[in-house]
Amino acid sequence: MIEVVDAASCTSCDICVNVCPTNVFDKTDGIPVIARQSDCQTCFLCELYCPEDALYVSPFADEAQAIDLIALRKADAMGSYRRAIGWTDDTRERRGDDRSYLLFGH
Amino acid sequence: MTMQPNRAERVSAPTGSVEFDADVLVLGGGPAGTWAAVSAAERGARVVLADKGFCGTSGATAAAGTGVWYVDPNPALRDAAMANREKLGGHLQDRRWMARVLDRTYEQSNRLAEWGYPYPVDDSGKSQRNSLQGPEYMRLMRKRTKQAGVTILDHSPALELLADDEGAVAGASGIRRQKDDRWTVRAKAVVIATGGCAFLSKTLGSNVLTGDGYLMAAEVGAEFSSMEFSNPYAISAAFGSVTKTLFYGWASFTHEDGSIVPGAASKGGRSAIARALLQGPVYARLDKADDAVQRQMRMSQPNFFLPFDRTGIDPFRDRFPVTLRLEGTVRGTGGLRIVDDSCATSVPGLYAAGDAATRELICGGFTGGGSHNAAWAMSSGTWAGQGAADYARQLGAIGRRKPSPAGTIAFRNRPQRAFAPAALAKAIQTEVFPYELNYFREASRLQGALARLDAAWRDVSEADAASSADLLRAREGAAMLATARWMYRSALTRQESRGMHRRDDFPDQDDRQRHYVTTGGLDEVWTSVRPHAEAAYAEAAE
Ligand SMILES: Cc1cc2nc3c(=O)[nH]c(=O)nc-3n(C[C@H](O)[C@H](O)[C@H](O)COP(=O)(O)OP(=O)(O)OC[C@H]3O[C@@H](n4cnc5c(N)ncnc54)[C@H](O)[C@@H]3O)c2cc1C
Ligand code: SF4
Ligand code: SF4
Repeated sequence: MIEVVDAASCTSCDICVNVCPTNVFDKTDGIPVIARQSDCQTCFLCELYCPEDALYVSPFADEAQAIDLIALRKADAMGSYRRAIGWTDDTRERRGDDRSYLLFGH
Repeated sequence: MTMQPNRAERVSAPTGSVEFDADVLVLGGGPAGTWAAVSAAERGARVVLADKGFCGTSGATAAAGTGVWYVDPNPALRDAAMANREKLGGHLQDRRWMARVLDRTYEQSNRLAEWGYPYPVDDSGKSQRNSLQGPEYMRLMRKRTKQAGVTILDHSPALELLADDEGAVAGASGIRRQKDDRWTVRAKAVVIATGGCAFLSKTLGSNVLTGDGYLMAAEVGAEFSSMEFSNPYAISAAFGSVTKTLFYGWASFTHEDGSIVPGAASKGGRSAIARALLQGPVYARLDKADDAVQRQMRMSQPNFFLPFDRTGIDPFRDRFPVTLRLEGTVRGTGGLRIVDDSCATSVPGLYAAGDAATRELICGGFTGGGSHNAAWAMSSGTWAGQGAADYARQLGAIGRRKPSPAGTIAFRNRPQRAFAPAALAKAIQTEVFPYELNYFREASRLQGALARLDAAWRDVSEADAASSADLLRAREGAAMLATARWMYRSALTRQESRGMHRRDDFPDQDDRQRHYVTTGGLDEVWTSVRPHAEAAYAEAAE
């Protein structure tokens, strides 16, 4: 489930509020809040659309997890999915990486 | 010269609501809905698309990504592709439909390439088009939908259809949940592309998929088909949501004590995993993947690795607990019955596409892994959009029809009892998740579950209108409940095992039941059977 909006890097662009399919976030005067965490479906899509890598989705689908933001930043976990699919400037070449055609029919 | 698209018109409306006049209204903005919207707009229709979430991130494809049934137009290859799955599907497919889906999928995938989808190129320099990355594909589809002149309403779940005096569908209405108001679109035709129903199981990307379109369609009298084929379960790490199953083809499955689960496999051995899970935990390790395969896996499905990388598990070396999450009609094959080549339903003005429609015509009784669902979403979306646009044009400039709202459950004032959506969702899950009820089916267990579900339906029928804050959840609950009842009633009707439907009390396939089960109804659920085209010919020839 979504666990954190990193106040240090969030620019209050509200993109996450818009793109979350299950409407988990609410706009505020400042940075968005996680208003309905239990509605989160752990799809990781908000991370992909956050231009600042300010969101972290824990892979635990059914329960909330305590997270350590400093450790996550250190481990380069923030934005790792976005980089893996090639949605940052310096990872663009990964967009065409799909090798499924070698794996199908196994 | 580029053609100027026609746009839906926003008309004046009372405060607290927005209203549009359109030719075609598409409900749902996954692959099926976006292909429908683009295709209707290309035929000159004024189109509105409303999505419960955000068109581009919402739905199963956006989150999961899909293999695609893309086969070069070489007759031998096409023939093999069709023959390949006929046995698995219980011989309920229809070759003519398979052929037209292969044609259409080939064309539309090639359009995606023209539109800039970054298909990979293999070592021989060939562009490979049998897989789509979900976020990438659906971001592109949103862009093309906008460029086609379609008005997109995000965070705007449809709650009920509008129908005219003669019972033809004339639009829909819903809420804009981030604006706390209502929307109404008057349209000459409506395409239901709201996806399947996965009962809030948290299978990847599917918690927006609660069968809403089925409920709305049933309220105007639409019929369903193959609803017994609605019990696929997908493997994921026990704690996680990523139910991508392809890579489990390289896994070993073990019991708590480390011994191998006999017969367990992702393909063709998933029931062994379910049986073992009934006894205790089951673990997987992808220990059959060599280094090269491991690298290809990481490049192909980055989301598969998120649950592992983020918990410090090396899935190739460490064993981790797995579970099976129900996917209902998302990777099942049941849905709204299609009555012609334009994906019309049995109700005038109502079309269905993608997981909202039955996939029996190309999958029979089984989809599971494989790429047919994605191919169906593209193809049926295109046909439904075109069909709806043509229907709208034929209707022409009809005078003001008198559309009235068709919604029933959660809209009616019944003072006796309040509507409690959260409790309802839990009660439904208790009847549809257990493997011993839904994976392994048997008459008395099905009857027990059905009796409890029917009682729950009578309860909600007597419940008061939901408050505006609860309305969406209440309608979702009612939709899941109706879906569960069509599913189990159909499962009781099919007294054999075929495709993904397995009956402990009828373990074999029965040649005399090579037919389709139709179902429908809300207060009274009914079923009947329709012959399979080939079986009918065979009988006539006897
Ligand atoms: C984990 C996973 C892996 C899969 N892998 C494959 C694969 O490899 N190959 C394959 O062929 N298929 C695969 N599938 C199936 C495939 O994803 C679906 O068949 C496909 O997404 C269907 O497209 P759709 O447009 O009908 O539905 P969806 O993509 O689910 O979209 C439905 C849309 O309708 C919207 N909606 C729902 N209710 C309402 C409402 N009331 N009002 C307005 N909008 C609404 C939703 O928000 C959503 O955007 C997979 C599915 C899952 C879950
Ligand atoms: S998308 Fe990222 S930067 Fe924008 S508001 Fe959300 S968390 Fe902040
Ligand atoms: S993981 Fe998905 S459901 Fe959860 S907050 Fe992010 S976008 Fe929303």
